[in-house]
Amino acid sequence: MSNMNQQVSIHLPTRMDLIKKHGFFRWYFHTARGDSPFKRTLVHIALIVLSFIAAYPVMRILTVSIRPGDRLLSTSLALIPADATWDSYYKVLFERDFFIWLWNSLLITASTSFLGVFIASTAAYSFSRWNFPGRTSGLIFLLATQMIPATMLMVPIYIISSMLGILNTWKGLVVAYSVTSVPFSIWILKGYYDTIPVELEQSAMVDGATRMQAFFRIILPLSAPALAIAFLFNFTQAWNDYLLARIMLQKPELYTWPLGLQSMQRQFQTQWGEFSAGALMVSVPVMILFLVSSKWLISGLTLGSVKG
Amino acid sequence: MSSVVLRSLGDVLPTLGVIVLVVVALELLLYLVLKRMLNYKYSLAYMLVMPAALGLLVLVVYPIVYNIVIAFSDTNLFAGRFPTRPGSVSYGVGEFIDNIKLVFTAPVLKQEYFFPVFGRTMLWTFLQVAVHVTLGMMVAMLLNRPMKLRGFYRTVILFPWAVPQVIAVLAWRGEFNFDYGYFNVILTQMGFDKIPWMSDPFWNYLAVNMTNWWLGVPFMSVVLLGGLQSIDPSYYEAAEIDGGGKWVQFKEITLPLMRPVLTPAVVLGVIWTFNQFNVPFFINQQELETSDILVTALYRAAFEYNRYGFASAFAIIIFLILMAFTLIYMRLSNFQVDVGQSKKRLAQAKTVGE
Repeated sequence: MSNMNQQVSIHLPTRMDLIKKHGFFRWYFHTARGDSPFKRTLVHIALIVLSFIAAYPVMRILTVSIRPGDRLLSTSLALIPADATWDSYYKVLFERDFFIWLWNSLLITASTSFLGVFIASTAAYSFSRWNFPGRTSGLIFLLATQMIPATMLMVPIYIISSMLGILNTWKGLVVAYSVTSVPFSIWILKGYYDTIPVELEQSAMVDGATRMQAFFRIILPLSAPALAIAFLFNFTQAWNDYLLARIMLQKPELYTWPLGLQSMQRQFQTQWGEFSAGALMVSVPVMILFLVSSKWLISGLTLGSVKG
Repeated sequence: MSSVVLRSLGDVLPTLGVIVLVVVALELLLYLVLKRMLNYKYSLAYMLVMPAALGLLVLVVYPIVYNIVIAFSDTNLFAGRFPTRPGSVSYGVGEFIDNIKLVFTAPVLKQEYFFPVFGRTMLWTFLQVAVHVTLGMMVAMLLNRPMKLRGFYRTVILFPWAVPQVIAVLAWRGEFNFDYGYFNVILTQMGFDKIPWMSDPFWNYLAVNMTNWWLGVPFMSVVLLGGLQSIDPSYYEAAEIDGGGKWVQFKEITLPLMRPVLTPAVVLGVIWTFNQFNVPFFINQQELETSDILVTALYRAAFEYNRYGFASAFAIIIFLILMAFTLIYMRLSNFQVDVGQSKKRLAQAKTVGE
């Protein structure tokens, strides 16, 4: 028995070993596809330029946010300005309604995303497992909702909200954000459920579970990755929404953060430093979340549409 | 501060409560009617779909129907005609015909007529999607090579996609500033004249395009990279043995095998670009009508000029254009909602005791 558990250890040369053995340049220019060193360098240069184009504007936000107040408008292109300071951060945190905006956004976004994912998860299960009348037209309808310009819904939503007297409250936003991402989430989740074999539920039901128990105890836990994608998508859609909030909310104390940050830019004199500081503080968590999950996110995006 | 917390909870929680109550009540109704009274075999399926269907009914179907109703009216704020004031709005086919006529014969906002805006939207969509796909493909192929630092490049190039769009666009708007934006700073340092990004029609349109390229290419390249990685390298090896050059390999292997990824990416790309609001709206700080595309013109007709009836008719026309395009493209590219595989699985699922 002990023989079977014994693992054969193979020493794979690490990057450092290879560099030591061949020297840096020979290691660097050694290629699997047999490209010339010249071509390889060209590829790296192209990618470095592209990376720079991608990252520089974001870096600029950082630059502006740590500029001292008397030099906010500067023609310097240096990434870290001379005598960098955290003043703007202090100001935006304590002299602005930043926390109120964040709280407003967080409350609405968090509650509506849970609701949205739950609604989508049950509907997607139904689309995946039953061939009920209206199924195909339902799926086509879900796809068609993606074509409707958001601005097209704005006039009716504004007038309906005004008639219901829910302008300048969050009621409309709560309803809207719960539903906005539902079509997309259903697509992702349905695609994922489709890959889970039906036999799993079958065996659970042979053991006496009801259909719903099988769904909640077996299918839902198994689809955690897809649920996470749907949640992230819901969350960012609501978190980053500008258009609907702009129409529904006129009072500054009700603002969500996109409205708040935009109001800083809209004033006669743009508060560049504070805007940038606030923008960074809002986006860094979202960016980390996105970059960490990007791999699954992308496969999830294509899953629904490619696999049908 | 605590009053803020309480007020917001007092607004959000009851709303959520009402939503849950309505859903539970309707579920019960469905259960009693479908399951208890009719013992219908799809009762559970309908009960599961109901909350989503209800939500979409409230948020999509009802507004669209209401949008059509408004298009048959002369609602606008200047003449004091608004639905909340009883009797002040008149509805009728005549109003609808007037609205539709206005879309095509009068300026959509103040100066620009429908067709120039439409043409600009088509150009915008074409310029964007074409560049997103070609440049995205090139970046994806660069990133798909086995090499050092690939993960690092991938992460950095994906950056623009991860930044919240409103922030990215507002930051870009700052960079088009006449005196302090980096484009003009670089230009002056190189000894050229500054470019009026915000006030000149051509440069503003270019600025809008540049911003959206920056936003869109990373996403497209990562989607395409996913597709490239799923291609079996042995195809290329076989092609190399047969003496096919790089271009032949790209045309005969890469493109055909990328079709399942490219088709939905292009369809979604076109729809998203056509409907892109944030970029054209924010970069166009001085509200040049020459930078408006259909959806931003629609927004401004509705919420800056308060012509709601007109805007609704306008919206219907935009929607029809997009619908026509998508249907044609889907027909041409054989894009299907449901494939045979899923039918087989549904037949299998049927045996799980409905």
